Amino acid sequence: MNFFKIIEQLAEVDSDALGRFDSRRAVFQSLGTFAKRSALATTPVLLGSMFQKAYAGTSVDTPIDILNYALTLELLEADFYRQFVAAGTATGAGVAAIAQIKKHEDAHVALLTNVIKALGGTPKTGVKFKTSAFPAAYADQLVVAQVLEDTGVRAYKGRAAELTATADQNITGIGNVNLLTVALQIHSVEARHASHIRYMRGKNPWVTTGEDVSSNAAYTGAIPESNVTQAGFNLTTQLGTPYSAADVAASFDEPLTPAEVLDMSRAGGLVG
Amino acid sequence: MSDSYFSQPGALHRRTFLRVAGASAATASLVLAGCSTDTPTPTPVNPNLLTLGSADTGLLNYLYLLEQLKTAFYQKVVDAPPADLRTGEKAIFDDLRDHELVHRETLRYILGTDAFDAALSKPLAFDFSSLTLTTRAGVLAGAQQLEDLGVAAYTGALRLLKTITTVSLLAKVVSVEARHAALVRDLRTPGSFAGDDVVISTGALQSVSLAKTPVQVVAEAKAFFLPIVVSTDSLPTA
Repeated sequence: MNFFKIIEQLAEVDSDALGRFDSRRAVFQSLGTFAKRSALATTPVLLGSMFQKAYAGTSVDTPIDILNYALTLELLEADFYRQFVAAGTATGAGVAAIAQIKKHEDAHVALLTNVIKALGGTPKTGVKFKTSAFPAAYADQLVVAQVLEDTGVRAYKGRAAELTATADQNITGIGNVNLLTVALQIHSVEARHASHIRYMRGKNPWVTTGEDVSSNAAYTGAIPESNVTQAGFNLTTQLGTPYSAADVAASFDEPLTPAEVLDMSRAGGLVG
Repeated sequence: MSDSYFSQPGALHRRTFLRVAGASAATASLVLAGCSTDTPTPTPVNPNLLTLGSADTGLLNYLYLLEQLKTAFYQKVVDAPPADLRTGEKAIFDDLRDHELVHRETLRYILGTDAFDAALSKPLAFDFSSLTLTTRAGVLAGAQQLEDLGVAAYTGALRLLKTITTVSLLAKVVSVEARHAALVRDLRTPGSFAGDDVVISTGALQSVSLAKTPVQVVAEAKAFFLPIVVSTDSLPTA
């Protein structure tokens, strides 16, 4: 892993990236201290926590920005399911399931649009699922649906914490809402969708290692879905009783950063 | 059961009293206070009252308690699976038990000595007599009740937390609970993964899932805790 390469790439999207760390020396010092204390030094987790530290408390994005980011994904999903329904490929119970998921995504678009407007923002519009990326076969369409839903789950998770301890907002037509709660309420519906699509495919409803889609970029990232370290504990070895990496990884869904989600290898490559 | 994790207002008052009484300078005023006629009526002490602490710690204890409940439920199922479980379903319950166990233990380690049961000699027992654990339909109904409740509990509790890293961590758990909920619903009633009873189907908030406060969740789950009564009084509400 080339640490400075990451910083450089970060600097491309965030010119102040280096300024967020005290200095290069401080970065190295903290790396040294961590390295002495644990063998985690070479894992992405350490880097993740270091970046989290460097970026903690920065409020470059307003709640409107965060909601517009969520809306972008919902628009992409809604347009995907529009194409899915139009393709008419679903069979049996799949017809109702795809229709219901489409209904939810459409409603998420409407809800986020309303909230952004009420907060004085300009809601994102016109995000379309690239038609050339829409597969012909039902089975392949379900794979894309699964990847999109799992990505949605990871994307909401990547930003929800930025809404920590925000005051309730009075939204015209809805009433008093807490933006973190609303984000989590949508997030868990996405997880239910992901679970069902996986079930339809005869796969585990949760993200497991060694799946047919595991190599898809949607499951990789700075904190990949295979991560076994939470809150500083390696859960396979540090909880008194050993737990299998498969169980530990499946017990937690991991976040994706906006840059990761919008990368061409993930959802960014499906917009067109 | 250790007293220290269950409310003993009487004991606490007594300790405070003794500490004050030990200071000789205060003795005179104590005697005078003893003569006062407006002695407060003592609140009856419920030895089975479980308090969870305050602020983020209290909320973590609340979610830790729910993870204990789910783990205990699935453990019971896998220890004595109903005879009419279908092929592959025992393995699913094994997985569900494993995930909840990992969640429970992760929260226990994060809480450390702040865990509500850190000083208990044995873990809390739960009462599942309201469920039918001898049939497939019964265990799926119980699993659905607990998983849907768990999702609503996490979804409603995270806004009350103050620590960003804790919100980040618990957000990783809630979506796995939602995956569980959708699965057990699909096993019980095919296609009900996001049914209208858990995903709001009308109005401005349609297509979002339910979020419940700790008070609502504990009220719904109280039968499982008997004879323990879980108090949410010390938990944040905003």
